[in-house]
Amino acid sequence: MIQGTNITKRFGSFVAVDGIDFHVEPGEAFGFLGPNGAGKTSTMRMVGCVSQPTSGELRILGMDPAVDGSKIRARLGVVPQEDSLDSELTVLDNLIIYGRYFDLPHAEIRRRAEELLEFMQLTDRRNDLVDPLSGGMKRRLTIGRALVNQPDLILLDEPTTGLDPQARHLLWDRFYQLKRQGTTMVLTTHYMEEAEQLCDRLVIMDGGKIVTEGSPRELVARHATREVVELRFTTPEERDRALPRLAEFGERIEALTDRVLVYTQDAGKVVALVTDGELHPESVYERRGTLEDVFLILTGRTLDD
Amino acid sequence: MATPTALRVVEKEWVAWRRLWKASVFQATISPLLFLAAMGLGLGDLVNKGSGGVNGVDYLVFVTPGLMAASAMMQGAGESLWPVLGGVKWMRTYHAAVSTPVSAGALFAGHVIWISLRVLLSATVFLIVAVILGGVPSLWGVLAIPAAVLGASVFAAALNGYAVTQESDIPFAVILRMGLFPLFLFSGTFFPTSRLPDWLQPVSWFSPLWHAVELCRAATTGSAPSAGSIVGHIAFLVACLAAGCWWGVRRFTQALTA
Repeated sequence: MIQGTNITKRFGSFVAVDGIDFHVEPGEAFGFLGPNGAGKTSTMRMVGCVSQPTSGELRILGMDPAVDGSKIRARLGVVPQEDSLDSELTVLDNLIIYGRYFDLPHAEIRRRAEELLEFMQLTDRRNDLVDPLSGGMKRRLTIGRALVNQPDLILLDEPTTGLDPQARHLLWDRFYQLKRQGTTMVLTTHYMEEAEQLCDRLVIMDGGKIVTEGSPRELVARHATREVVELRFTTPEERDRALPRLAEFGERIEALTDRVLVYTQDAGKVVALVTDGELHPESVYERRGTLEDVFLILTGRTLDD
Repeated sequence: MATPTALRVVEKEWVAWRRLWKASVFQATISPLLFLAAMGLGLGDLVNKGSGGVNGVDYLVFVTPGLMAASAMMQGAGESLWPVLGGVKWMRTYHAAVSTPVSAGALFAGHVIWISLRVLLSATVFLIVAVILGGVPSLWGVLAIPAAVLGASVFAAALNGYAVTQESDIPFAVILRMGLFPLFLFSGTFFPTSRLPDWLQPVSWFSPLWHAVELCRAATTGSAPSAGSIVGHIAFLVACLAAGCWWGVRRFTQALTA
């Protein structure tokens, strides 16, 4: 579906995307995970054919965006990071107008619009203006709008950023349904949970480069450990005193400002050692290894930084 | 057959406008018509008594085409400033449009075409009222409508291109006050440019509005200095429109698809 080779995007002297290679297979949910400023949105704009790579070779749906941008965009469904709904129009008219941009016949758009309103749970708001809708509803409408042309490929740029957990889970549920129908999805996110839940395969980006690539499970197995113990200490001094011991307990440790992470295959054993070793952490928390840990280990920073 | 992408943009504007058309038509026509009543009839009475009109023409007849072209310019400009910034920055609907088969150039073209259609409607209403008031002695007057639309589209194209890269609407008030309002007053709208100081007269040749006013006046009064002058005015306006469109497409492309 998408093949990118050595893709670079510069804005003046600023390098937003620095020679990345990636490909997306049909039916796959593919993710770009990384902190803000990693180059995810710039990459999405290039895949969405609204921005040309400065260099490198990009093929989308077998076509060259520089030549067939309009033809490619006709088959994409784009959910941008920032809302871009027309607040002068009703919910239904937003769908109709967007469908007209694809030159779909009016009757066909109306039929699809009713289906999409149902799918996105907006049917009872169909004749309301967009402005009074909640953030979650606007997002749902934006996603419904992106589906109006029955796209071969859906691009979701930070689809749930800024939403409350309930609204987020409703969207994830919809994305699963699309996935089950075999829709190819590309999404960017800086929520590791979102990446783990939705992506079959992903790349982790940092500073315009791809740091690693694989399925969520593979990445955790390759770079992190199965289990992690998080410890908090009352003072930085106590934390620093505990560090050498903790390093012996686990395969590796990461010392953050507010906590220490101990990477291990057996969290229970580490907790027992901590208790026996009289390290007196304020709190101890066992969990499994995640993509957040992968990012931390590879870049030395957390995704929120 | 596929609908040209620019016309899909026009259709979008039409759907949005349908909801608010009454207020919009009222706004776009009532103020020019008040001007026409005050200047043409009120002030015109004084002018006619004092000097027998302008160049032997009744003042209402003189000022009608001037106001028609100048109001068209003002409407074309207003529709090209705030709504464009709204599309690119406040609502971001332009970004949504260019992620579909619609290109930035088609978006620009569609918006300018739409504004021209709006001006066409306002100018037609204006002309009908002016006929009733007795400001249009010639049947050629109907040609003042395309002349006013042509003049307004010159401003629409240039200001669309200008507005699309602005960060805020603060400079817009300056453009209106320092740019458009002087043109409104000194482009042969309310008095002939021959009354301007000698050094200022050549400046008016560069005002697209002056050319539009001269075309409208030739139409509504049914008398032109020469056929050559008509062709000259049209050529100047078409050249300005072409340059504005070229620039506007570039600016839209830069702003939306960097």
